[in-house]
Amino acid sequence: MTEILRVENLKKSYDGFLAVNGVSFAVKQGELKALIGPNGAGKSTCFNMLMGQLKPTAGEVFFDGARITGKRPREIWRMGVGRTFQITGTYQSMTVIENVQMALISHHRRLYSVLPRAWKLYREEAFEFLKTVSMQDQADRPCSILAYGDLKRLELAIALTHRPRLLLMDEPTAGMAPTARVELMQLVADIVSEQGVSVLFTEHDMDVVFAHAHHIMVLNRGELIADGSAAEVRANPQVQEVYLGGGTLFKEASHA
Amino acid sequence: MAFLFAQFLTGLANASSLFLVASGLSLIFGVTRIVNFAHGSFYMLGAFIGVTLMELLPGHVGFWGAILLTGLAVGAIGAFVEMVVLRPIYRAPELFQLVATFGVILVIQDLALMIWGAEDRLGPRAPGLRGVWRIFGEPVPKYDIVIIAITPFILFALWYLITRTRVGVLVRAATQDREMVGALGVNQAWLFTGVFALGSALAGWGGALQLPKGGADLLMDFNIIGAVFVVVVIGGMGSLPGAFIAAVLISVLNVLGVTYLPQSTLVLMFVVMAVVLIIRPYGLLGREEVAGEHGQVGAPETPIRPYGTTGQMLVIALLALLAALPLFADRFLLILMIDMVVFALFAASLHFILGSGGLVSFGHAAFFGGGAYAAALLVFHTDTPMELAFLFAPLAAGLLALGIGWFCIRLTGVYFAMLTLAFSQLVWSLAFQWREVTRGDDGLVNIWPSPWLSGTVPYYYFTLALGIGGILVLRHIIHSPFGYALRAGRDSPRQAEAMGIDVKRIQFAAFALAGVMAGLAGGIFVFSKGSVFPTELEIAASFDALIVVFLGGVKTLAGGVVGAGFMTVAEDWLTRLEYWRLVLGLVIIAVVIIAPEGIVGSLRRLWTRLRGTDEEALQ
Amino acid sequence: MLEVEGIHSFYGKAEILRGLSFRIARGEVVALLGRNGAGKSTTMKSVMQLVRPRTGRVMFQDRDLVGAPAFRVAKSGIGYVPEDRRIFTDLTVMENLEVGRQPRREGAPEWTVDQLFDIFPNLAERRTNRGKHMSGGEQQMLTIARTLMGNPMLLLLDEPSEGIAPVIVEEMAETILKLKSEGLTVVISEQNLHFARAVADRAIIIEGGEKKFDGSFAELEAHPEIRDAYLSV
Repeated sequence: MTEILRVENLKKSYDGFLAVNGVSFAVKQGELKALIGPNGAGKSTCFNMLMGQLKPTAGEVFFDGARITGKRPREIWRMGVGRTFQITGTYQSMTVIENVQMALISHHRRLYSVLPRAWKLYREEAFEFLKTVSMQDQADRPCSILAYGDLKRLELAIALTHRPRLLLMDEPTAGMAPTARVELMQLVADIVSEQGVSVLFTEHDMDVVFAHAHHIMVLNRGELIADGSAAEVRANPQVQEVYLGGGTLFKEASHA
Repeated sequence: MAFLFAQFLTGLANASSLFLVASGLSLIFGVTRIVNFAHGSFYMLGAFIGVTLMELLPGHVGFWGAILLTGLAVGAIGAFVEMVVLRPIYRAPELFQLVATFGVILVIQDLALMIWGAEDRLGPRAPGLRGVWRIFGEPVPKYDIVIIAITPFILFALWYLITRTRVGVLVRAATQDREMVGALGVNQAWLFTGVFALGSALAGWGGALQLPKGGADLLMDFNIIGAVFVVVVIGGMGSLPGAFIAAVLISVLNVLGVTYLPQSTLVLMFVVMAVVLIIRPYGLLGREEVAGEHGQVGAPETPIRPYGTTGQMLVIALLALLAALPLFADRFLLILMIDMVVFALFAASLHFILGSGGLVSFGHAAFFGGGAYAAALLVFHTDTPMELAFLFAPLAAGLLALGIGWFCIRLTGVYFAMLTLAFSQLVWSLAFQWREVTRGDDGLVNIWPSPWLSGTVPYYYFTLALGIGGILVLRHIIHSPFGYALRAGRDSPRQAEAMGIDVKRIQFAAFALAGVMAGLAGGIFVFSKGSVFPTELEIAASFDALIVVFLGGVKTLAGGVVGAGFMTVAEDWLTRLEYWRLVLGLVIIAVVIIAPEGIVGSLRRLWTRLRGTDEEALQ
Repeated sequence: MLEVEGIHSFYGKAEILRGLSFRIARGEVVALLGRNGAGKSTTMKSVMQLVRPRTGRVMFQDRDLVGAPAFRVAKSGIGYVPEDRRIFTDLTVMENLEVGRQPRREGAPEWTVDQLFDIFPNLAERRTNRGKHMSGGEQQMLTIARTLMGNPMLLLLDEPSEGIAPVIVEEMAETILKLKSEGLTVVISEQNLHFARAVADRAIIIEGGEKKFDGSFAELEAHPEIRDAYLSV
């Protein structure tokens, strides 16, 4: 398998505080890879550097062999990287399908067009994307009244519109009910296997991570302390100590 | 050298008042997130109340006692305003509160006129400090030296209050998350009132302290607000030391400007501000403001839709009525209608960037007045034919918007708002001070249309075609991909950037387009009146547009147009009254409190309720 | 101590709570369980009056809180830790604690900064750090410590385990048990059943804004159909 994303010695410091300290890894084509770690370990900082929201202090990021370090989010998007956010960023004043149409308008480079009516453009195409995430029944509802889980699915549909080769998903299931989490990640896994998209995601729900990720990386205090299969990571003593814990919680549960 | 030093001291002394007023504004903004336009009014009240008290209280004790009491009195007035006007609307969209403070300005203007009359008051000299001291042989007023000595203590006291006391900790916490402060057991209502009172008191002290150097007049409120905004922007929003440094910088430059470049005094401070902001976009000691807060409070907006059949019929009927109006209306009504259409186009252009783009411009009059001046200057100086000069109005306004937008678009929220205001003041001061070209406040007169348009009826149709045409073009663009991209950038800049949209460039283009449309309105305006004066560029003109957009309703496409209609008619009626500002101010405050969704939004809600249907259930 | 009677709460037009009632006795630790969007957070906000119930009563020590401003609810002895933490990121740890400080209260454990630093040793090391430079787990600790500075009788903890590393979640459980042993009454809202079972004496399941279950964890174990229907674990 070829590498789609390669990160070399990535660093970021804020006012002397090293949030990310020399992280290197790769994501292969068609891989579903998780980045986990305690809150504040630097996961979001890492993600934001990959997608161009933050400029790294040092290090390089390559997408499909091309250097994307320090490029703007919109440039990286145009190269074929999609992203979803931890806190959803959909357009509240538009309908569900208009949110997808907006992405298509941008993909087809019609942003400065002033003559056509926007809601008539690429409607069928947008509808197909909504079908992929089973949101077609809600196409014409205002985005502002959607349930949280539906917003997450809508965001996924939006991220797929430019047929990305790599998807970056920041806590895709945060704030969702357990069953909805499993459904959403199954959907992502299907997309990975059907379309050959690679996915890198961060996640706190260990059930989701261990059930779906092909490979798992663990970040702690800005450094990568593990990178391997689910079994390898689970067995890693350092990971248990700083992140997974010794399972005392479950022992206490038995006498409660 | 000695002369320069003396000049520097004068500047330092002037900085004192400016700093007091600016720190008050900054403090109020920090906690309540309200840009208090009425801050200049509290400064003016400070001056008038100070004069009155100084006349009543004799001697040393009287003078300084009067200053002290003035601050307390203005603080009490501030607390009253906060409790009566602002407290009911903290939950309304932030920018609606601005409109309320503008209503307060109008009310205070007329109240001051009622109480103190239209004549300027000369400030009394401070007893015992009438003469000068010689420093390096140069005379420096004793009062200046005393003020220079006092100011650092005020700065220190404020700094201590904010950083070292429990009240300061609460104030800073409330700046960030007022609801959480309340949930921790702090009565934030009183915290807000207290901060507002303190901020107002500081403005009042600023007004009283400058009395021996100046006086009190009814134009003080608007005259200081531009400078105060500049100081706050240069220093960095919310930074007391920043406000102090900026106040000194501006005041010293101003004194030097008066000596060496007397024509440029007003322009100078805006140039300094532009330079500072190019180097440090958030001011000398300011920090980046969290974007996307403005206009986001309140109920989420419903997606825009084209009008249904009923709506379209209504619009067509209205247009038909307007077209048929000359058949039965008299000349005065037609002129009123011209004013209304001009104002509606102006407001619609502001509504376009404000509603769809989330860009709250406080200086939109720069483009309206700029367009009017561009056409008028061509006619006045080169006898350009009206048709050509008229075309120049939107063109010049568009170019001006490109220039101003280049600086402003990089900023967000309140910085954007303040910077647009400052630039419009720059344009105003050019028109006001560059007398050789613009004739200053004498204005440019005899700017009449070509003979084929000189009658009221032909000009009415000309206005209707271009004005309504412009509004419809804006409306169409809102529904186009470009308009959607603009809205996307407002709803979620982060998502928009992550889907390939260059948000700043889209906003820049929209800002320029709004400038063109405002310039078009200015062009129609200047040839309908036959003249143009610097008043068209004043802050008040920008505020008028803001008010109608908010009164009409930001979240409804028809908001600007309806608001403009309401405002034109209301002003036409009210200006016949002696104290029309008072009435208008009260009306504005009442609308803000009673109908916080604007006229169109409230009507729509009423309509929904009357039909007894639930929109959300239908969707 | 706390009695919620038939409250209906709305967000805009959406009715989130539909006549919810429950009681909390002094010294209890109770877990509100339910899916996301079931109404757990809204219940807490409705007690705090951050969301105002349209009908119903919230009785705390025989006084109805409905309609009172949030600060008065806090002053009456209820401490609230929101799910999104909401620490003051520009303020230092000490200043954050200062915002929460309230005079001591009859019938409630009294906390000093030093005692809190004993419970949360991480905070002691970082007392002059600003909130924004702290990890999520530390922020969660700070927000609890800040609320304890108000010497509450009743503590409302909204999703204390959400977004926190499993190892910190374990510490959190110990902390809550420690607070209970100090005599504090605690209500937590949770999606993590393991965590809830570890700390709470009783479970209340909310679904669609209504109470579906109220009883001990043993009872809940005995009715797996309830768990499957509402908790989907």
